[in-house]
Amino acid sequence: MSARTPACTRTPIIVGEDIEVRYHKRTVLEVERFELCNGETHAILGPSGSGKSTLLRILGLLEKPAHGHVTLDGRPVEPGDKSARMMMAAVFQNPYLFKGTVGENVAYGLALRKVPREQRDERVAAALERVGLGGTQKSSALQLSGGEAQRVALARALVLEPRIMLLDEPLSYLDPLIKRRLVTDFSEILSAEGVTALYVTHDQDEAMVVADRVTIINEGRVVRSGGVDEVMTLPTTEWVADFIGMETALHGGIVGRSEGVAEVSVGGERVFAVTDLPVGIDVLVGIRPEDVLLFDADVDIPQSSARNRLRMRVDGVERRGGTDRISLSSNGFRIAASVSRASAREMGLEPGSEVVALFKATSVTVASAVGVPSGV
Amino acid sequence: METLWEAVVEAGRMLVSGDLTLYGIIGLSLKVSGISIAIAMAIGVPLGYLIGSRRFVGRRLVQVLVNTGMGLPPVVAGLTVYILLSRTGPVSELWMSLFGSIAPRMLFTLPAMIFAQVVISTPLVTGVTAAAIGSVPVELRLQARSLGASAWQEAALVVKEARRGVMAAVVAGFGGIISEVGAVMMVGGNIEGQTRVMTTAIVLESRKGNFGIALALGFILIGIAFVINNGLTALQHSGGRYER
Repeated sequence: MSARTPACTRTPIIVGEDIEVRYHKRTVLEVERFELCNGETHAILGPSGSGKSTLLRILGLLEKPAHGHVTLDGRPVEPGDKSARMMMAAVFQNPYLFKGTVGENVAYGLALRKVPREQRDERVAAALERVGLGGTQKSSALQLSGGEAQRVALARALVLEPRIMLLDEPLSYLDPLIKRRLVTDFSEILSAEGVTALYVTHDQDEAMVVADRVTIINEGRVVRSGGVDEVMTLPTTEWVADFIGMETALHGGIVGRSEGVAEVSVGGERVFAVTDLPVGIDVLVGIRPEDVLLFDADVDIPQSSARNRLRMRVDGVERRGGTDRISLSSNGFRIAASVSRASAREMGLEPGSEVVALFKATSVTVASAVGVPSGV
Repeated sequence: METLWEAVVEAGRMLVSGDLTLYGIIGLSLKVSGISIAIAMAIGVPLGYLIGSRRFVGRRLVQVLVNTGMGLPPVVAGLTVYILLSRTGPVSELWMSLFGSIAPRMLFTLPAMIFAQVVISTPLVTGVTAAAIGSVPVELRLQARSLGASAWQEAALVVKEARRGVMAAVVAGFGGIISEVGAVMMVGGNIEGQTRVMTTAIVLESRKGNFGIALALGFILIGIAFVINNGLTALQHSGGRYER
């Protein structure tokens, strides 16, 4: 289990090293090394109470760890370091707008930075426009809806043009409809502004929309970290697999290649995957459950571009929200499929039934297994 | 009922008569309580902020002391100040040992009255301020800090957020001392033209059997308290349309 994030390919802005936080003599966070790379949106994902917000507060210089240190551009920094803190701005779960107008709220950080009033008004107007609330400067900040309030909180941080944005569960109080709209907005705004962001969430869908890299934390420790596709499709431990709703990633080897498509041997099966990795290399293989289509074993399967077509056995059916998660296996090759409840019922899916699983070569994520422990 | 009405008429007559003695008494009341509440705020608001927003060793003890102080009978505060400032009291002794001369008279002076009123009002201001500050969410302070606020700027924001409660603290403190009689009587002595304030004047007139004048003074006192509190309440609610 790695207790660190992979090194940045670009320059890291913030690095936390040997971080340890204790509350009432109990260790709640222990991270060997965390790198926030320049320009990335890095999601810290984990269940409630896993220590992800604590990690954000440590890296955002809002709290001092019991042990360890944080560097910014290679320079050691502490919560008292005002110039370092001025480079950051945060949005929290609850927007905590101050009493007064929307305009006063958004201007708060600018006033602290002694930005001249004229310039302040201009920047406030632009920031509100950016979050879709143009012209609301004079409205009362405390009479906004939840979604509007969170947009104001985002504008209040964006207006400072921070190098680093700290977002701590910024959407978790909102209802699903507004949340879906805002998560896309947040993601677009963050990438358009080119700002480096640390984004704490317990919602993996949210992380997949906003993040370039993801670090999964459980019980105060980093359990998986890397690029969003890799982390969200190649869970290396049972806990992570269960947390993100997949089967654990499988170990395999690339045994052949033709026309840009690699043939990967996994268990007793062969699957096709799109990858640049060379033949002969040991790999981890994973497929998102949404990418797997199931058909009755005895019906004619329509023509499709899916290169992978495997006869598999249903090992388990688990209800998850509006869909059922079907665990499948064949000759030691195990994957999960996400199927609507109606389809599952219609197909009579239950442990022991036989199905044909279809998935595209582009849906198979393959990564080098070097450095990843096996047998977990 | 007739006495009450006569007192109201008398109060009006006294106010418009241009009686300099009366104006002197009113002025002195406002001066003593005004200075006292200013000092009590200077001590009580920062102390209330600390109690309401910080965790420190002995915080509970300070809180208990403040809460006890809020219920301190003014006459006990007066007695304590009286003993402290009397010719044979510790302050005089300290003066003697420091300067080798007899201390100037401290009792029956304005500073003595102000001292007593500060003792009475500071716990009120502190306690109510602490409660108001304590009701501002911790996360709001974290939010301010995360936008670049220093400890002072964070404190200013929190006090602003808790403004209604802090103003209530001032109203409570001022109400407690402008209407108080036991302590000012004891340490002020009710000397005409020097330490006589509204409340002590009311006591004096009552003792002389001039109930009409006493009651009229009482109405004037209530009237002044009304005007001042009206001003403070307006201040408390200014900007209220931006609040929930």
